Amino acid sequence: MQNFEPVIVAFCCHYCAYTAADMAGSKRLGYPPNVKIIRVPCSGKVDAIHMMKALEKGADGVYVAGCLDGDCHFKTGNIRAARHVEAVKKLLDEIGIEKERVEMFSMSAGMGEKFAEVASEFTERIRKLGPNPVKTSAFAQVRQAVG
Amino acid sequence: MITAERKPMEELTECMKPFGRILLVGCNECVTVCAAGGRKEVGLLSSALQMHFMKENKPFEVKELTLERQCDPEYVEELAPHINQVDAVLSMACGCGVQEIARRYKEKPVFPAVNTKFMGASESQGVWAERCAGCGDCVLGITGGVCPIARCSKQLFNGPCGGSTNGKCEIDSSVDCAWQLIWDRLKALGKVDLYEENIAAKDWRTGRGGGPRKIIREDLAS
Repeated sequence: MQNFEPVIVAFCCHYCAYTAADMAGSKRLGYPPNVKIIRVPCSGKVDAIHMMKALEKGADGVYVAGCLDGDCHFKTGNIRAARHVEAVKKLLDEIGIEKERVEMFSMSAGMGEKFAEVASEFTERIRKLGPNPVKTSAFAQVRQAVG
Repeated sequence: MITAERKPMEELTECMKPFGRILLVGCNECVTVCAAGGRKEVGLLSSALQMHFMKENKPFEVKELTLERQCDPEYVEELAPHINQVDAVLSMACGCGVQEIARRYKEKPVFPAVNTKFMGASESQGVWAERCAGCGDCVLGITGGVCPIARCSKQLFNGPCGGSTNGKCEIDSSVDCAWQLIWDRLKALGKVDLYEENIAAKDWRTGRGGGPRKIIREDLAS
């Protein structure tokens, strides 16, 4: 546990969070390398299946970062994304996995600081939760070794 | 369409516990449209089941397959090459699909992953409501296209009960009174005279009252 470095998948909207990550880079703001960014055309495109598959394949935490309320380039994608995240939280709860492992965040393209802050806070949250129980089981380790 | 909802995960994990390798079968028809058992839901449930059992440290493998239709033997036949490689089948189709698999593969345990609900229509994105009770003797032509059997809580003919208030049903203020809808529609059509017509007591033998039903089309049956 001491050496635990969480693997975090961040689905970032092209129009806000992804650009905010760029902004964080331009401003030389550091954020944990644990966060692996996947650029999506809209946060609303991120389905429950994408989040679940990320967790099943070994991510310790997953978050979706979309536009601020009312700012979605496709009008309501961010609202739909938040609902998808809620659905995954409910499903995780049902199978006994901490629902805090998934989250929805909102930010604008100019919020480089917010991006770095969210990345750091979420990484810390997952660090405290510990490894995804799915990948720590002996069976899962055998499965991963076999490929 | 036939609507359905996924069963609670607790029930599903409990019935899958004795098995190590299962076939999770979706259906491309009604349950895909009502987002209960299509390809996407198969992927999601497969993921959830595998995560649950990995957490429990129990070997559990899921093979995912989604058939064009689970209620037709031609499509159910497509499971034949896979059926001997699994301990059980978990079907995400309506009850018709589950039974078709059970009929074809007699030696294999088959479980339903969804609760089949009703024949309904989509009211808006993500909302489905009951529209047809399959009574076998349709009266929609005289009730302005609104079914008093499927949509009236008491399945009343010949007008509403005393519980109709401001167009809503007494069982729940979110439920429209079917007879209010019928009246409004007949008025819009200029056919209020139809409301005055007495509908005779219904012969329920055309519905479930006559036992399990069957349709035989002589021109098509082989």
